[in-house]
Amino acid sequence: MNKKRMWSAALLLMLVLSTVLAACSGGGKESSGSTKDTLVFGRGGDSTSLDPSRVTEGETFKVTVNLYETLLNFGEQDTTIQPGLAKEWETSEDGLTYTFKLEEGVKFHDDTDFNAEAVVKNFERWANGDADKFPYYNSMFGGFKGDEGHVIDSVTADGDHTVIIKLKRPQAPFLKNIAMSMFAIASPTAFEKGDDQFERNPVGTGPFKFVDWKTNDSITIEKFDGYWQKGLPKLDKIVFRSIPDNSARLNALIAGEIDLADGINPADGEKIEGNADLQLIERPSMNVGYLGLTVTRPPFDKKEVRQAMNHAIDKQTIIDSFFEGRADLAKNPMPSSISGYNDDIEGYEYDPEKAKELLAKAGYPDGFEMELWAMPVPRPYMPDGAKVAEVIQSNLADIGVKAKIVSYEWGTYLDKAAKGEADAFMLGWTGDNGDADNFLYVLLDEDNIGSNNYTYFKNAKMHDLFIEAQTEVDEDKRIELYKQAQEIIHEEAPWVPLAHSTPLLAAAKDLTGFVPHPTGSDLLSNVEFK
Amino acid sequence: MLNYTGRRLLQLIPVLLGMVFIVFMMIRAIPGNPAQIILGQQASPEAIAAMNARLGLDQPWYIQFFKYLGGILQGDLGESLRTRLPVADEIWPHLAATMELAFFAILIAIIIGVNAGIVSAWFQNSWFDYIAMILALVGVSMPIFWLGLLGQWAFAIEFSWLPTTGREQVRDPVNAITHLYIIDTIIQGRFDQLWQVIRHLILPGIALATIPMAIIARMTRSSMLEVMRADYIRTARAKGQKMFWVVYKHAFKNAVIPVLTIIGLQMGMLLGGAILTETIFAWPGIGRYIYDAINFRDYPVIQSAILVVAFIFVMINLIVDLLYSLIDSRIKYD
Repeated sequence: MNKKRMWSAALLLMLVLSTVLAACSGGGKESSGSTKDTLVFGRGGDSTSLDPSRVTEGETFKVTVNLYETLLNFGEQDTTIQPGLAKEWETSEDGLTYTFKLEEGVKFHDDTDFNAEAVVKNFERWANGDADKFPYYNSMFGGFKGDEGHVIDSVTADGDHTVIIKLKRPQAPFLKNIAMSMFAIASPTAFEKGDDQFERNPVGTGPFKFVDWKTNDSITIEKFDGYWQKGLPKLDKIVFRSIPDNSARLNALIAGEIDLADGINPADGEKIEGNADLQLIERPSMNVGYLGLTVTRPPFDKKEVRQAMNHAIDKQTIIDSFFEGRADLAKNPMPSSISGYNDDIEGYEYDPEKAKELLAKAGYPDGFEMELWAMPVPRPYMPDGAKVAEVIQSNLADIGVKAKIVSYEWGTYLDKAAKGEADAFMLGWTGDNGDADNFLYVLLDEDNIGSNNYTYFKNAKMHDLFIEAQTEVDEDKRIELYKQAQEIIHEEAPWVPLAHSTPLLAAAKDLTGFVPHPTGSDLLSNVEFK
Repeated sequence: MLNYTGRRLLQLIPVLLGMVFIVFMMIRAIPGNPAQIILGQQASPEAIAAMNARLGLDQPWYIQFFKYLGGILQGDLGESLRTRLPVADEIWPHLAATMELAFFAILIAIIIGVNAGIVSAWFQNSWFDYIAMILALVGVSMPIFWLGLLGQWAFAIEFSWLPTTGREQVRDPVNAITHLYIIDTIIQGRFDQLWQVIRHLILPGIALATIPMAIIARMTRSSMLEVMRADYIRTARAKGQKMFWVVYKHAFKNAVIPVLTIIGLQMGMLLGGAILTETIFAWPGIGRYIYDAINFRDYPVIQSAILVVAFIFVMINLIVDLLYSLIDSRIKYD
């Protein structure tokens, strides 16, 4: 009797469950068709602010590059200088005066006129700030009003549509700096209401205007009808969704809940190429992943040991196994797309015998013991730190070096590495403005020890070359200076440069007009669905 | 009863104070400078120094502590270092997202867990009992990461029944008023959206419910087994009462206290946010909020969010304790 009742109860339960599930399917796959004027862009994290001048973090720029515009733009897929809000510009002979002719008839989203006065007010806002408020302005223009190192002397309006910027001394990458998305021109009416208010209510001249922000979830922007470039943008609405897990983000793309996904694991590349509904998109590389050798810690104070490390590591295997071949083997600290790249340098070939010889020469014929720091987080330039570390560990074992792999939580890792506590550590860098200075000087000069020069490497001759290059306006001469610097870096070998990876994105098959930018901030005004 | 409640509430003060102090000291013991991490690799030393000064991080810890404590006593939870927004404003949407998910999950866990436990005890050593208890064992040991991705693959990709991630259909977003989307959609009469919100709750809800469900089932079973051997059960059966009522009314009522305790504890834990579930399902809840704050060394957010979560945890325990006396009249306070 009891058994019978239990059976019927179980049957009933199954019936209810299957009804519920069947009902669920009624909603079906999130429908396309009528919704194809909206793009849903899935990415790993949320923005921290929508005022690009106040942050240094890439997720913010991904959104703001569509809300605001800069005086100059980068090229579609490179960092050459192109017209932006300024249609023409002139540089004086001495490299001290820049004259920008502005586009006319441009309006901000709040109907304020874009003109020379608005540009001046933006520059005044930054110059009167401090490093806490405008961190990027500080690093790109050498400080603020009244500071010794501040490069900008004055920014003035000449009539309604001409802006003149005078510099105290020439700055070679000045135009590239102006084109960076953090120096976007914002509506003075909006930011004069207060900076904190403005961060959550951005107003620019861009193709899209801000609608809504649900923290850690989504940011919605919509077409700005008064946009000055006719026919753009093509989409009505863009939703940026934060989906932290790479696999879950890919699942959401396959299920059709998002149309475009950033941060695709290299290992998933093939799966996407085999899916008829999806397309795989490669972002042009502007990064470097490397193994840094802290030159203040023996035995890495010896040049031969550092060179031996370069010979010992099998970069090609690392690239084939963990970047799925989607990376270029690195021999310099910057990728070849950056002007000033020295292609004449011959990279250290993988040669354990030679490495052993060098070790013997340095006085370590039997090798030594060291700590090898493995990156705890995946980054485009290092998709799987722990596994790459294992390969390096076994490479080093071949030349008699016993490496112990250690890892810390990311914040701790950076902090300890910056203090010079690591023997050898994995790290990388994605360029901001595509200038050689932004790689070589920032990562390897003595001025940046304690911040981004984690190896504590110092070289007086190289330092002079960098300083000279910063003010050299003649492009050819400047390239020559950087080429020389790379020779010194190659010879001294403070790094084992590993790879310049190609970050991957994936999109629905019918998405067109998406052109990924090497800086990671993608302008979406040309995107549409076929 | 009132007296007891008042006493318990007073006891909360030292508990929470102690917790604030421990959390405050603990996060400062982790290496890593918030200014450096917030500003990122790109930041210059001047920017870091300026930020340290603005945040007051250049002051001795005890000054920072008493300033923070003073703020809390005035109801000020501080300001996020990273987003520069008051924590009190930021925390609610995250807490609401977690509450919605946690209530949904605990509901599933109670309905399935309690019934599975009762039926297992009722038919002890039957095949149902064995299967249910094996499933419960699997449930407690199931890695959420795997379960979550598997669920997405099966129910969202293969069968297209449910959405993979998020709280709402982003192409038709919910207009957030209370940030509890079930309530928001009901007040606005958007029952189509309500259905979407529920669909989004199912996968993360089940993933989150797995462990509490298993724990509740095992606790219910063992508690029921004890009661079922009691004399009054035999008496009830001897009176010719239907077995179903004997089990669900007489036995369960007396077996419910330990089950309630477990439910309270599990509920408190779920409300603390579940980082893994929230990450896999892109759920903008309190767990991810705190986790991100730890990664960025966002001290005020870590402190205040943990304080709020701890407060909720002890309040739920208090409510459970008070429920005992409502359910079982043998339990009396005062």
